[in-house]
Amino acid sequence: MADCIHCGQDCGKNPVIWDEKPFCCNGCSMVFQILAENRLNRYYEMMPTPGIRLEQENTSGTRYAYLDTDEIRTKLLDFSDGGISRINLFIPAIHCSSCIWLLENLAKLHKGIIHSHVNFVRKEVSITFRESDISLRQVVELLHSIHYIPDISYRSEKKNEHQRANRRMIMKIGVAGFAFGNIMLLSFPDYLPGGEAVDKLMAGTFGIVSFILSLPVITYCSSDFFLSAFKSLRKKIINIDLPLSIGILALFLESSYEIFSGSGTGYMDSLAGLLFFMLIGRWYQSRTYQSLSFDRDYRSYFPIAVTRISESAEEFVQLKDLKIGDHILVRNGELIPVDSILTDGEGNIDYSFVTGESIPVNKKAGDFVFAGGKQTGAAIKLRVEKEVAQSYLTQLWNEDKLGADREMQMQTVVNRVSHYFTLVILAIASGAGIYWSFSDLGKAVYVFSSILIVACPCALSLTIPFTFGNVMRVFGRNGFYIKNTEVIEKLTQANTVVFDKTGTLTHSRSMNIMCEGDVLSSTEQQWVRSVARNSTHPLSVMVSEWLPVSVLLKVENYRELSGLGIIGEVDNHRVMLGSRKFIAGTDDTEESRNSTVYVSVDNKARGFFKLENHYRSGLNEVISGLQPMELHLLTGDNNSEEENLKAYFSSATKFHFNQSPVDKLEYINELKQNGRNVIMIGDGLNDAGALLKADIGITIADDIYHFSPACDAILSSSKFGRLQDYLKFSKSALHIVYASYLISFLYNIVGLSFAIQGLLSPVVAAILMPLSSISVVTFASFSVSVLSKSKKF
Amino acid sequence: MSVIIVLIGFSIFVASGFLVAFLWAARSGQYDDDVSPSIRILYDNEDISSEQTNTNQNKV
Repeated sequence: MADCIHCGQDCGKNPVIWDEKPFCCNGCSMVFQILAENRLNRYYEMMPTPGIRLEQENTSGTRYAYLDTDEIRTKLLDFSDGGISRINLFIPAIHCSSCIWLLENLAKLHKGIIHSHVNFVRKEVSITFRESDISLRQVVELLHSIHYIPDISYRSEKKNEHQRANRRMIMKIGVAGFAFGNIMLLSFPDYLPGGEAVDKLMAGTFGIVSFILSLPVITYCSSDFFLSAFKSLRKKIINIDLPLSIGILALFLESSYEIFSGSGTGYMDSLAGLLFFMLIGRWYQSRTYQSLSFDRDYRSYFPIAVTRISESAEEFVQLKDLKIGDHILVRNGELIPVDSILTDGEGNIDYSFVTGESIPVNKKAGDFVFAGGKQTGAAIKLRVEKEVAQSYLTQLWNEDKLGADREMQMQTVVNRVSHYFTLVILAIASGAGIYWSFSDLGKAVYVFSSILIVACPCALSLTIPFTFGNVMRVFGRNGFYIKNTEVIEKLTQANTVVFDKTGTLTHSRSMNIMCEGDVLSSTEQQWVRSVARNSTHPLSVMVSEWLPVSVLLKVENYRELSGLGIIGEVDNHRVMLGSRKFIAGTDDTEESRNSTVYVSVDNKARGFFKLENHYRSGLNEVISGLQPMELHLLTGDNNSEEENLKAYFSSATKFHFNQSPVDKLEYINELKQNGRNVIMIGDGLNDAGALLKADIGITIADDIYHFSPACDAILSSSKFGRLQDYLKFSKSALHIVYASYLISFLYNIVGLSFAIQGLLSPVVAAILMPLSSISVVTFASFSVSVLSKSKKF
Repeated sequence: MSVIIVLIGFSIFVASGFLVAFLWAARSGQYDDDVSPSIRILYDNEDISSEQTNTNQNKV
């Protein structure tokens, strides 16, 4: 079997052939043709199979019509002088050098495009185009035609904020590095024996220059640490930045005192070095996950404009302008943006987004339709019943408690350790200070500050970012993406795992199919397949994919009866597919409703296809690997699958069926109130509340860019079977952190024992401090890489 | 020996020049994307434009 030239996916049983090359679908071959016509085939030479496959081709020509609306256009455009405009589009599909090449050669595809420029890290393309030749809508449609679908929403402000923060960080590192290097040169005499011989004038000048150089370090570079320490103090929490800030301040004040009193040269080099390395640690951390933005909100999923129907015409309006009583038109594949009542047309609404049910729900005129569903089939008309902000999904996210809860997180290991660390150090420092003050007041100040300096928790603060930062990188390489290092710590404390079923334990698209009843002959199978091919209903698609490949026959008098089934005539034989009621006339049993497709040929019932959920591979390993944790299962589906599930799970597992998103949230809440540390594993929006409420929300995603805004981590579905390994790895990583702490404590004990006796010379302090940081960082990075090799990550 | 003080003043002045250059580069967004420039430099522009002219001839 061949792989698609365009996207690299298996072409299946019947590839589309164009120019003697195999393609998995018409969409892929279309893109290939467009590029070939424009002599852009180098796209396929640079990287093998660079293309993007579209699961659903949205052919409706008006999908992007809202981009013609002036108000929306001006909001989206970065720049426009009427003739020439520029727009920044976020395209999640950008993934390789071929993508950059093609997107930067857009001008070859359309003469109206003047210039295009890709920012790979942020997956953005900036396009400058001539309005007279090509409209914004056509630009977006052009990108759509080559399968680079822009994600259009008003998020640019947030993006800019992120970009500015990143630039600020880089500038701070630059300034700290500059100060560090120069101050070190000036302190060089102190590092060597006999350095005290440098003449007084020179030493004084060096000191003052060091002081001037350290001013930007203390005011500019360390502002983040001070701010964070201040914020945590106000909340009556001691976090790692507090001892750090005290250390930085003590170091600075003590050094300034030494410089101006002429008693020494201070430790400005250590101060600048400390900040330089710490900033690098933080930058490294933030950079690892720059390309994955977790701050998407629900609006990213919703359209930003809808078609409003007034008496005379159809117009595109922004979501926020919708009013109660407005009539809107929702086409095939579009999301229903707001709670409304169906007024015209047959609704066949896919709520897998909201409830997790993968089978579309049939709605008739007059029925109430909740927001968040996706219409499949013909266009429908709706009357808006609630304003956008009041809708069901929004309510789930807006629950105030959720946000507040997160702030008051349990204390993390670093915070706990640094809490005691700070208290102990302060106690030792004051104790030693008081002791010395009886004999020599000057010496007392010296001892007090040198204890604070030598015990400065820089090793402590570097351990977590470097250890967990490396763990995040290892996980990221293996398809498990974590929001921040805190998540790793929480992973190690979890003792309860809650699974969602649809899309989490089961594949969302493929199911096991069995055929029961009379055996269909191969010709009959061919008829059934030919008829089923005409329908876009998920069940028809699954049946037609399951049946053996054959030549598609011409189907006559094809009709689709919503909620019932499909009829078609092939070779003068009447083939019907659909519900039991449709074929056999008897009512559906509750159990069979969602999972069977009945067939009749020439008005004679022949049996049915039974569709069973297909569980993800590796489920057994995950469940046995997660012992002895407490396992729970929540699902929006009915209990028809209970027997199958019991085969996988142990008897201690608690099953809960017919759970709405709110039920799931409540359930997690209850578990947490009983003192459990809960991991919730779900598939996205329908359990967003529960994911957010849980201590750790993990989303299983077939495509890492389709994730829920609420989750703490994304697990690529192909790696589902290794879930337990990730948890074990986190536990080992925590041991590395403890070992690093031990190393830095050893340094501190040695340093402190000298400092308390007043024997610590600046030379020793200056060498000891960076040495402890460097050795801790090396140890942490090295052990994580050894660990990842031994665990085969 | 006191010439060292003058030299240090001068060296810090020069170093500050580089610091300012770095800050300017960071502010102007040169560090925003450090992946695509390294890929972009490998693209052969002439190659494409000659292919383009070929197409035009073919079309005629």
